[in-house]
Amino acid sequence: MNIVKQVLPNAVKMFFMMTLLCGILYTGFITAGAQLLFPYQANGSLIQMNERTYGSALIGQPYTDNGHMWGRIMQLDISTYKDVDGSPLLYAGPSNLSPAGTEFKKIVAQRVEKLRAADPDKKGTPVPVDLVTDSGSGLDPDISPAAAAYQVSRIAKARGISEIRVKNIIEKCTTGRTFGVLGEPTVNVLKVNLMLDGILS
Amino acid sequence: MGNAILQYTVYVGILILLAIPLGKYIKNIMEGNYTILSRWLLPVEKGIYAVLHIDREEQMTWKQYAAAVFVFSLLGILTVFLLQIQQAHLAGNPQHLPNVSWDLAFNTAVSFVTNTDWQAYTGEATLSYLTQFAGLTVQNFVSAATGIAVLFALIRGFIKVKEQGLGNFWVDMTRIIIYILLPLNIVLAFFLVGGGVIQNMHAAETVPLVEPIAVNSDGTVITGAQIDRETGKVTLHGKNIDTAVVVTKQFIPMGPAASQVAIKQSGTNGGGFMGVNAAHPLENPTPFTNLLEMLSILLIPAALCFTFGYSVKNKKQGIAIFAAMFICLIMAVGIMAVSEQAGTSQLVQHGSVNITMVDQAGGNMEGKESRFGIASSVVWAAFTTAASNGSVNSMLDSYTPLGGFIAMLQMQLGEVIFGGVGCGLYGMLAFAILTVFIAGLMIGRTPEFLGKKIEPYEMKWAALICLATPMVILIGSGIAAMVPSVPASLGNTGARGFSELLYTYSSVGGNNGSAFAGFNANTPFVNISTSLIMLVSRFLPIWGTLAIAGSLAGKKKIAVTAGTLSTTNSMFVFLLIMVVLLIGALSFFPALALGPLAEFFGTIR
Repeated sequence: MNIVKQVLPNAVKMFFMMTLLCGILYTGFITAGAQLLFPYQANGSLIQMNERTYGSALIGQPYTDNGHMWGRIMQLDISTYKDVDGSPLLYAGPSNLSPAGTEFKKIVAQRVEKLRAADPDKKGTPVPVDLVTDSGSGLDPDISPAAAAYQVSRIAKARGISEIRVKNIIEKCTTGRTFGVLGEPTVNVLKVNLMLDGILS
Repeated sequence: MGNAILQYTVYVGILILLAIPLGKYIKNIMEGNYTILSRWLLPVEKGIYAVLHIDREEQMTWKQYAAAVFVFSLLGILTVFLLQIQQAHLAGNPQHLPNVSWDLAFNTAVSFVTNTDWQAYTGEATLSYLTQFAGLTVQNFVSAATGIAVLFALIRGFIKVKEQGLGNFWVDMTRIIIYILLPLNIVLAFFLVGGGVIQNMHAAETVPLVEPIAVNSDGTVITGAQIDRETGKVTLHGKNIDTAVVVTKQFIPMGPAASQVAIKQSGTNGGGFMGVNAAHPLENPTPFTNLLEMLSILLIPAALCFTFGYSVKNKKQGIAIFAAMFICLIMAVGIMAVSEQAGTSQLVQHGSVNITMVDQAGGNMEGKESRFGIASSVVWAAFTTAASNGSVNSMLDSYTPLGGFIAMLQMQLGEVIFGGVGCGLYGMLAFAILTVFIAGLMIGRTPEFLGKKIEPYEMKWAALICLATPMVILIGSGIAAMVPSVPASLGNTGARGFSELLYTYSSVGGNNGSAFAGFNANTPFVNISTSLIMLVSRFLPIWGTLAIAGSLAGKKKIAVTAGTLSTTNSMFVFLLIMVVLLIGALSFFPALALGPLAEFFGTIR
C-alpha cells in the first residue's frame, strides 16, 4: 500500500498533463489545421452545387431505378438515427454473414435474380461480384469498372440515351489505382447518377 | 494477379524500410540522446518535469515501476468510465447523445486502457466527441506508451549488472509521448485529413437522397414501392399504403476522427471512431489513406525489434526476433490471400457470379470495400490480427472459413507476431526465454539469454506470461458457451456461430479488439466477462515482465564462450517459431476444430 501512496501524486499529475497534451492540445491543433488546410475533406467531402448539398462523395446511397447506376448491396438502417424533426434518417451497415453459409447462398441467388430481372438481355453474363455482395461499411460509395460496365446497357435503355454517353460519364467518374499500384480502380456511383440526372457535369 | 502480388510486396517492403531507422531513433530517445527533434522538444520535456516536480534521475525498482503502471492505468479506467456515464451533461456533445450504460462504459474504459479497443458500441451512435478525444484518444496514446515503457524496463534488465533500478516510468512515458507518438501522429493525421478523413466538431450532417425510399412504420423497407415525389404518396402494385414513411435524407456522421484514427492505428489500439472502423469511407477514404493507416499498424512493433537489438548492443538479436515474427506474418498473409481470392461455392452460384480478376478485384468481396479489393483488405486483416491492433477495413466475420481461421489463430498465439506496441515484443521475449530453456534442456546446458542466466524464478514468470492468453481465452469462451443467452444472440448458426464466440474471447484475451461482428457484444454478461479477461491478459504479463526485469537487473553478466547457445542464428529462429506455434496449437486445437476447421471441411464436401 505504501508503494501505491508513493506513486499516486505523480500519477495524478502525469494523467492531467497527458490528457491536456494528447487529448485537448493535439486534437485542437489537428482540428484547426484541418479546417484551415483541407476544409472540403475535413467536413465530409460534401457535394455542393448552387448552395444545395447533394450527398457526400464518400458515402453510398441505395438505388433501385433502372435509369440509375446501382452500387454495392446495403443493409439499410432506418431506426438508429433521427433528424431534428424526428423523421427517420438512412444509414447502413455490413451483413456480417459467413460467405460459406446456406443463408448467404440463398441471398446471393436472390440478388442475382433481381439484377437479371431488371436487365433480361444479360441473362447469360455472369454478374460481377461486387454487385451481389455487401461492403465492409455498408456505405461503400464505389463499384468496380466491371460492375459499372455490366449496367451500361440497362441504364441507356431506361433513359433512352446512347450507351456511349453512359460510358463517357462512367469514365469521368472512374479513379485508377493510387500511384498505379495501390487499391483497386473504382467508379463513384453517386457522381455517375448526379451526372446522369444532369446535376453535375 | 500481377498487381496483387506487387501490392503485397510494396506493403511489406515499405514497412521494413521505415522500421529500421525508426528503431534506431527510438533507442536514442529512450537513452536520452540528442536527436533531430531535441532542439524543439527538449525544452518541452524539461518543462513538463519542472511543472510536475518530477525528478528525472530517480530510479524505480520493479515493484515501484509496476505500481506506477497500475495506478496510472486505474486513473485512466476511472476517467474514461466517468466521462461516458456523464457525457449527456458535459460539453462536446453536439449530437445530444445520452449517457452510456454502466456495464458498457466499464467495458469501453477497460478496453481502451488495456490497449485492446474491443468495441461493444457504435462510435457515431454512442459516444460524444468529448468522450472520444478527451477519453479514448488520450488512452490510445498512453496505453501504447505504457507498453513501450514496460518493454524498456525489461531491456534495462538485460543491460544492467547488479542493479535495482529499471528506469523511471514518468520519464519513459513523457519521452515516448513527446518525441515519438505525438510527432508521428501529427504528421499522420494531416495526411489522413488531406485524403478525406473528417476532422471537425460539428453535429452530424443530413443530406438528401437521390432516390427517396419508402419504409413501413417499423422501419423495414417496402420493396417495389412507388413514391410520388410531389405528394409523398406511396403505392405498391397500384394500391395506396397510408402507413408508409418516406425517408428522404441520409445521416452523415461528423467529428474529430482523423486525430483519433492516426493514434489508434500507430498505437496498435484499433478502436475506430466509427462503428465499422476503417472500412468506413469517412475514416479510411482512399487506397492512400489505407496505405498509411495499414503501415502504421506494424510500424512501431516492427521498429521495436530493431530498437531491442540496438539497445542490448546485439543487432543480430533484434534481427533474429524480427525474422521469427516476419516469417509467421508472411505465412498468414499468404494463406489468407489465396483463400479470399478463391471465394466460396456459395458465392460463385455455379458460375452466375463473376469472381475473376478482370476489371475488378474479384474473389470474396462480401464485407470488403471496392476501393480496397482483396489485396489491401487481406494485408490489413493479417497485420491487424498479428499486431494486437484490431482495427479492420473489411468485415472479418464475412471472411472465408480458412481466412477467418488464420485471423483467429494469430491472436491465439498470444499476440507475439509483432503484437501490440511494446507488449508484443515483451511477450515474444518471454517465448524466447522459454525457447532457450527448452533448448538448454535438450543439450544439457544451463539456459542463458543475452549473458543473463535464466533460473526457475524467470522461468515461472515467463511460463505464466506465455500461458496467460490461452488460459483466459479458453476459460472465458468455455463459460460463455454455457450461458444460455450467449449462443442465442449469435449472428450465424452452427460452427460459424461457435467461431464468432471463440473469436470474441480470443480477441479480448489477446488484447486485440477485432471482432466477428455478427456476435452481439453489448450485453451485461459479455461486457463484464470480457472486461475481466482484458484486465488479466494485459496486467498479468506486465507484472511478470517487470518481475523478470527486476531479477535480471540484479544478476551478473556471464561471458560468452564457445559453449554458449547462440540465440541469433537460424536454428534459434526456427525453434522460437516452433515453440510459439506449439503452445498456440496445443492450447487451441480442440476449440478450433469445433469452429473454423469444422466449417472449412464442411465447405469442401
